Amino acid sequence: MKKVFQKPESLTDAKNHYCPGCSHGLIHRLIAECMDEMNIREKTIGICPVGCSVLAYDYFNCDMLEAAHGRAPAIATAIKRLLPDRFLFTYQGDGDLASIGMAEIVHASARGEKITVIFVNNTLYGMTGGQMAPTTLLGQVTTTSPYGRKAENEGYPMKMAELLSSNEGSAYICRTAVNNPANINRTKRAIKKAFQVQEKGLGFSMVEILSACPTNWGLNPLDAMKWIEDNMVPYYPLGEFKVKEEQ
Amino acid sequence: MSNRLSGNEAVAYAMKQMNPDVMGAFPITPSTEIPEYFAQYVADGEVNTEYVTVESEHSSMSVCIAAQAAGARTVSATSSCGLALMYELLYVAASCRLPITLACVNRALSGPININNDHSDSMGARDTGWVQIYAENNQEAYDNFLMAMPIGETPSVRLPVMTCMDGFITSHAVENIELLETDAVRKFIGEYNPENYLLKKENPLAVGPYDVSAYYMEHKVQEAEAMKAAKARILEVAAEFEKISGRSYGLFEEYRMEDAELALVLIGSSAGTAKAAVDKLREDGVKAGLVKIRVFRPFPGKELAQALANTRAVAVMDKSEGFSANGGPLFAETRSALYDLKERPYLIDIVYGLGGRDVKTEDIEKVFGRLADIAVTGEIGPVYTHMGQRSKEDIA
Ligand SMILES: Cc1ncc(C[n+]2csc(CCOP(=O)(O)OP(=O)(O)O)c2C)c(N)n1
Ligand code: SF4
Repeated sequence: MKKVFQKPESLTDAKNHYCPGCSHGLIHRLIAECMDEMNIREKTIGICPVGCSVLAYDYFNCDMLEAAHGRAPAIATAIKRLLPDRFLFTYQGDGDLASIGMAEIVHASARGEKITVIFVNNTLYGMTGGQMAPTTLLGQVTTTSPYGRKAENEGYPMKMAELLSSNEGSAYICRTAVNNPANINRTKRAIKKAFQVQEKGLGFSMVEILSACPTNWGLNPLDAMKWIEDNMVPYYPLGEFKVKEEQ
Repeated sequence: MSNRLSGNEAVAYAMKQMNPDVMGAFPITPSTEIPEYFAQYVADGEVNTEYVTVESEHSSMSVCIAAQAAGARTVSATSSCGLALMYELLYVAASCRLPITLACVNRALSGPININNDHSDSMGARDTGWVQIYAENNQEAYDNFLMAMPIGETPSVRLPVMTCMDGFITSHAVENIELLETDAVRKFIGEYNPENYLLKKENPLAVGPYDVSAYYMEHKVQEAEAMKAAKARILEVAAEFEKISGRSYGLFEEYRMEDAELALVLIGSSAGTAKAAVDKLREDGVKAGLVKIRVFRPFPGKELAQALANTRAVAVMDKSEGFSANGGPLFAETRSALYDLKERPYLIDIVYGLGGRDVKTEDIEKVFGRLADIAVTGEIGPVYTHMGQRSKEDIA
């Protein structure tokens, strides 16, 4: 019988610990499929964040290194410079990347580090119990904004894809979502393109992925998908923000 | 008034009663609930606090420093790597003599990354110039936090105060505790009227300026003197606190130490376990006792030496590995304190409970067993060992 479906080799057999409807597992899979299809698993080193995906090293079937909260881009930079023929990806949440790790991500992009950043934007700090992040939407209720985020107090949600695309060093910056099959396919294509940009040595690449945290949003998995469409996409437009072509 | 609260909620509630002017907030397990509870108080208008959600602990401590320099009362809460990320600013807060109050919910430091309890975070910060007070249980966590401001804000002290409780064991366990009435708390902590602060137009001020070699050392001596002065002030505040609460506190607690021959010295929630072990041994006729250190900075060296003077063998139990190759930090302090005694007890160090490794009454009894042997034979054996680990032979 012809095999039509299999688990990517780039994922281990470990059962993941993510909540039902969480986007982390799905995004792991998309990355792993890209690694398989590009046949780069044995050349890939991933950097884990601190956040709900802190245990990602148990799930990816490649070398993984744990970074301190927010410091993944600095770690990836060092490995990539030492071993330029390897593929380096960081896997970071919005707290990790846009809050405590803001300096590292901006500078890695400005320096044009030839690494790929998978940025999982679920609008809050999932792991610590759903506190407000720089990406939390205005009016959104979190455990540290019990009546909703207010611009007067907490400022405005940060648009990381737009921000980083203004850096010369950024070669590929794209924002996608994983709330429906079409967007999931687009996300996979974006991840692959980011890896290809890295392969060609064009510079820094990042895919920001609008993701669900049903647990801390207080929604069931289906409603969480709808919440992405209704609330996140209008503020965080999808699409490619920077595509540097080969010279 | 009696209430069932977790350690975190108890501290958050203390903060609410104190109504600080500013809180610098950034979440980290297991202290996260403190800023969460407090966010609700702010949102419900129960406090007048400016609640600043920042992007890291480096910034939350910076917020506290700046606000305190401007004459405000400030608080924050953190754990583990969060405290480590504050490290640079901890020194700045202390040397600028800003009496910030910080709740440290003790958690192991990376790496390896671990969210459970030990004392490596606050022990790493023991020489930053902060007063450090440790709690055994929820009641003490609440009480210590209430006492922190009157200690730190006294003109002779003017130092930041870190109150510590054990992550999860204390921070998340729910216990019945006695709360003070808010009016009594407000009266107890009084108004904060610092002599100097930013934006006082008659007296423009630079806070934290560059200090040249000709002055730096004098400033450090002043800071050291302030830490010495804190000891008396801590006892004064405890006496005032006893008047309104009926609960009495010292620099440390002596448990069944009157005639103790064998004793433990330790910090934090393990004291509860150790007390149970002491009681059990006492029933068997063993003269066991316990000293639970409450105040680690300033270190009560003289007083501790007195408390241990008549014992025959003492085990210091360190809930952090100091990597000095010479025992943990509590051991170093205790051994140094005993040096001036004419006749010293035998002394060993046992590092235990790292990264949440459990300690049971039987473990503590084993330690007393070793002390009994030492007292009889005079043979100490290895001075510094690790308890409850599997990689080497376990010698209590
Ligand atoms: C220095 C430091 N401060 C705080 C923390 C606590 N912490 C752990 S995960 C996290 C937020 C993670 O949020 P995000 O990156 O959005 O990932 P998610 O859990 O939502 O996937 C925080 C603040 C830490 N580990 N280290
Ligand atoms: S808390 Fe949110 S981000 Fe974390 S595993 Fe659950 S759904 Fe996913």
